[in-house]
Amino acid sequence: MNILEKIQKFRNKIFERKLISICIFFILTIYLIGIFAPLLATHDYNSIDLYNTQSSPSKENILGTDKLGRDIFSRVVWGIQTTVIITFTTLLTGTLLLGVSMGLISGYFRGKTDVFVMRLGEIVSSFPEIFLIILLAATIRPRIVEFIYNLEDKLNLSGLANSGIIDYFVVGIALLPLSWFGTMRLIRGQVLVVRELEYIQASQAMGTSNFRIIFFHVLPNVISPVIVSASFGIGAIALSEVVLSFFGIGVQPPKPSLGVMINDVTSRGVTSVSVLRNHPEQLLPPIIIIWILILSWNVVGDYINEKMNPR
Amino acid sequence: MFIYILRRILWTPVLLIISTFFVFFMGTVAPGDPAELKLGNKATPERIEKLRDEMGLNEPLSTQYIKYISKAIKGDFGESYTYSGKKVSTIIGPKLLVTLQLNLIASFLAILIGIPLGFYAAKNHKTKLDPLIVLSSLIIYAIPVFLIAPLLILFFSVNLNWLPASGWDGIFSYSAILPTLTVGIPGSAIYIRHMRSSTLNVINEDYVRTAYSKGLTNFQITTKHIIRNALLPILTLLGFTIAGIFSGSLIVEIIYGIPGVARLSLDAIFQRDFPILTAFVMIGSVSLIFANLIIDLAYSFIDPRIRLSEKN
Repeated sequence: MNILEKIQKFRNKIFERKLISICIFFILTIYLIGIFAPLLATHDYNSIDLYNTQSSPSKENILGTDKLGRDIFSRVVWGIQTTVIITFTTLLTGTLLLGVSMGLISGYFRGKTDVFVMRLGEIVSSFPEIFLIILLAATIRPRIVEFIYNLEDKLNLSGLANSGIIDYFVVGIALLPLSWFGTMRLIRGQVLVVRELEYIQASQAMGTSNFRIIFFHVLPNVISPVIVSASFGIGAIALSEVVLSFFGIGVQPPKPSLGVMINDVTSRGVTSVSVLRNHPEQLLPPIIIIWILILSWNVVGDYINEKMNPR
Repeated sequence: MFIYILRRILWTPVLLIISTFFVFFMGTVAPGDPAELKLGNKATPERIEKLRDEMGLNEPLSTQYIKYISKAIKGDFGESYTYSGKKVSTIIGPKLLVTLQLNLIASFLAILIGIPLGFYAAKNHKTKLDPLIVLSSLIIYAIPVFLIAPLLILFFSVNLNWLPASGWDGIFSYSAILPTLTVGIPGSAIYIRHMRSSTLNVINEDYVRTAYSKGLTNFQITTKHIIRNALLPILTLLGFTIAGIFSGSLIVEIIYGIPGVARLSLDAIFQRDFPILTAFVMIGSVSLIFANLIIDLAYSFIDPRIRLSEKN
């Protein structure tokens, strides 16, 4: 019985490891594709070829072309890049910058600051997520467009507004409320424990400034759970970007995005069914990429959570 | 305990005021002058100014807010910009009802599938069944709606011709089956995962072992000790489900052509009809705040441990 159990455990471990490695492999591949999109894309993502529309996969167009004759493979590759950029900017600004610093401040100073930050989080989480994101994306876009054009004039830059930076800003800011609170709560909990430790008291007694204590003594000791919360958030962020773009309020059409591609092919059920029957190569690539990406992040997030989450 | 409940109940109105003010504020900083949008082609500077006065847009923001909210409490969210002369409440009422029905049935389905399966997986923790259920729930959870909806339509309405592909004739008709499945099945995956992990936590507790050594029957232990305790953390999850009650099916509604919240709110965005959008977010967040309050209170009533820890 004992040996049998051991074998079972070993088998489970192998199964787990294999699954995790496959998922990490998928994630790395997709992100590398996004980063090296300019090298991998065989065509310009926007070049329309009306003589060659809705063609099946061939040597020239690996995944065929859509109804405007644009190369689907290149569009998927560039769409992945958009997803990668938005995921990372949101992660950096929301989870890391806002979440971590708020968590540090509220956990370290406690008292009124803590109450304030926690209440703020409660307020943010009292909105239905998707609606808040949609409302934000819809209301801030014109302001950001204005801001970018002003910036262009001041800095004498041209092409800034056309580089897609507006879309990144809009989606990034709209996703902010979604991303910071979880990390903040996690960090705060850790800081509450760490701040009572003796070495912190020692440096307080030595007269070290709060700033220095927070960044040099507290931060390094609480940073590991951030990995947990980040790994959970990435899948959700990527999906939100796709959903926003699908609705037409995220990344805007000249820029390629997986959500825009799905929206191009289908916006009503019946048409998406006919596309699925007649030209599955137009609908499936973006969807399958999203599926694999989210599944992999969920599996990896679960695994990291199990190994690292302090209970 | 009493102080906790009192504090929780007193905080709720503050939360309500802040969140509704934020939504109202977002609606007013939104691009476009409401008076101009309402007048459309007939807009002249004088007319706009006159209408702005009539609509109270020249008053301070706080006055506008108080006026808006005192009407909104009675269910009056002002007039729509695009459907001129129509009250927002008469436009969104039927749509909210459709979305509410769809999500309620779908959540019910998710719980009905998810909790028994999650419990079953935890009970068979050491067999092959457990990783199978966990992995398939992960895969199903991650399937984009963009894929599962057309696949279901392709299979059930095009190939088998059993169910209508799109449209809506009320929640108790054939047309509601596919959307309910599309929302409910991925939803059940979350319940499977949480029910499984909370059951696993409970199974290893001391009191369960004690119950076994007392010689209680398997059935007694399962129903009285394991399931009841394992269901406690599910309450929190129920809060999330309620949070999605108006917004959990946006994509599904679009794909199946259901006349619910999704189509209307997207149209409202593109036509800059912010009263409609504001009303949606406001109704959503108010119901979410109350749902969370009820769940928090229910927690402290159901779980004696929380009551005791508050006392000490």
